[in-house]
Amino acid sequence: MALDKIQRDLLAEIADLHGVPEGAYNIRSDGKLEGRNTTANIDIVTKGDKPGIDIYVKPGTKNESVHIPVIIEQSGLKDLVYNDFHIGEGADVTIIAGCGINNCGNQDSQHDGIHSFYLDRNARLKYVEKHYADGDGKGGKIMNPTTHIELGEGAYMEMDTTQIKGVDSTERVTTAKLGERATLIVREKLMTHGEQTSHSEFTIDLDGDDSSANVISRGVARDKSRQVLVLRINGNARCYGHSECDNIVMDESYVQAIPEITANSVEASLVHEAAIGKIAGEQITKLMTLGLTEAEAEEQIVAGFLK
Amino acid sequence: MLELRHISYAAADEDGEKEILNDISLAVSERFVAITGPNGGGKSTLARIIAGIIKPTSGSIILDGEDITGLGVTERARKGISFAFQQPVRFKGITVYDLLRLASGRKLTVGEACDYLSRVGMCARDYVNREVNASLSGGELKRIEIATILARGTKLSIFDEPEAGIDLWSFSNLINVFEKMYEEINGSILIISHQERILEIADKIVVIAAGRISEQGPKDEILPRLMGGAGACGRLAAV
Repeated sequence: MALDKIQRDLLAEIADLHGVPEGAYNIRSDGKLEGRNTTANIDIVTKGDKPGIDIYVKPGTKNESVHIPVIIEQSGLKDLVYNDFHIGEGADVTIIAGCGINNCGNQDSQHDGIHSFYLDRNARLKYVEKHYADGDGKGGKIMNPTTHIELGEGAYMEMDTTQIKGVDSTERVTTAKLGERATLIVREKLMTHGEQTSHSEFTIDLDGDDSSANVISRGVARDKSRQVLVLRINGNARCYGHSECDNIVMDESYVQAIPEITANSVEASLVHEAAIGKIAGEQITKLMTLGLTEAEAEEQIVAGFLK
Repeated sequence: MLELRHISYAAADEDGEKEILNDISLAVSERFVAITGPNGGGKSTLARIIAGIIKPTSGSIILDGEDITGLGVTERARKGISFAFQQPVRFKGITVYDLLRLASGRKLTVGEACDYLSRVGMCARDYVNREVNASLSGGELKRIEIATILARGTKLSIFDEPEAGIDLWSFSNLINVFEKMYEEINGSILIISHQERILEIADKIVVIAAGRISEQGPKDEILPRLMGGAGACGRLAAV
């Protein structure tokens, strides 16, 4: 499989990949399969009824990873893909997904990734997702990821999502259902600039006793960009849920954070924290006393916040 | 050498303008100059004026013969002025190492960062990767603040009440830090303090009260006066 320079650059941005990855992978480029590798424990199968793949991780598989990057260079392409992940009992794996769009044309390029995760008993998954776009065309760069998560008894999932640059519009929907003793940890990092818009909505159902969820979202909105974040946790059993959103607003941006916690059980314990504000003036002053300009100070503060 | 010429500063309050500093003239050529005086006397305002955070209403600030009155915070920092805040600032996501690296203005190795932390009495390995956020105590932040000044190593270092918010045990370590700094520094230290043990290290003591310099001179001359006489406790308490 040979990758051209733009493909290589996009892969480096979204998956820290410098060439073809090791282990299992499925690389999708401009709506088509560019390369695939399976291992003894991880199978990747193309869906028959709709675009997308099923990824099967055998029970007990340890320390393996799956890379599933998507890259789009074709202006005007609308790519819709369904990826289902079936993680067997007791497996412990890492999945690295990402979408990079390089749109130099004048038509919108769009990627709608619909990801479903099914974790069997005591399975563990770290899921890393990174979104990035560039290209100097007038066409929009649009990504609408939908993530559906079902965690079986004792399953554990960490989800790290990052969207730092270039994506003009994003509608993100994440839903999760947690069984007994299941744990979900979500860390979302988002930066919007220019006239970008982002809408992110989480709905987490804590259905099983002793299940827990922790959702941490950090966002920076610059220029005239807009961010709306809905964090909804339903405690339906003896469970613990915590959500936290922390946002920096700059320039003429707009940020709205909507927390929603619902206890449908007297045994549910739910906490929400939210903070929105500009960069504290004294933080900038402090870094200026170290010799940084005001702009450099802002850059360091934002970079640290989103690290 | 730093020279302040006729510095005055007035701030707006509900009754109109309130005079904070009135005609302060001062030369800092010694290695260690301590400013002391009652709370509310204008000491911290003066330190912030030197660092460029506050603009004086009138007067001029001369650093090594150059008038820096019109320069901003960044330019003064680059000309060799460092300023340790009385209440250190917290940052989400910025680590102790990041802050020391930014302070040093160069590629700093982790070993060098650890060395600065050790010099302020911190177990470097425990702290170098910690975030400078609310998880650190006031005393820890204070020592990190001092370490950033060491990392800068500039010709003028200003400390605004380094002892404030530090427990007694940490305080005796802090004195050692300043004694050592006195031995090693190539420039001048200007320190605002109420602590006798810090005043004892100073070459020169300046007393500021009600916005004016009420007395200044060599430590051996001023300190006994601050401490001396029947009202010793009362006088130092007033300072």
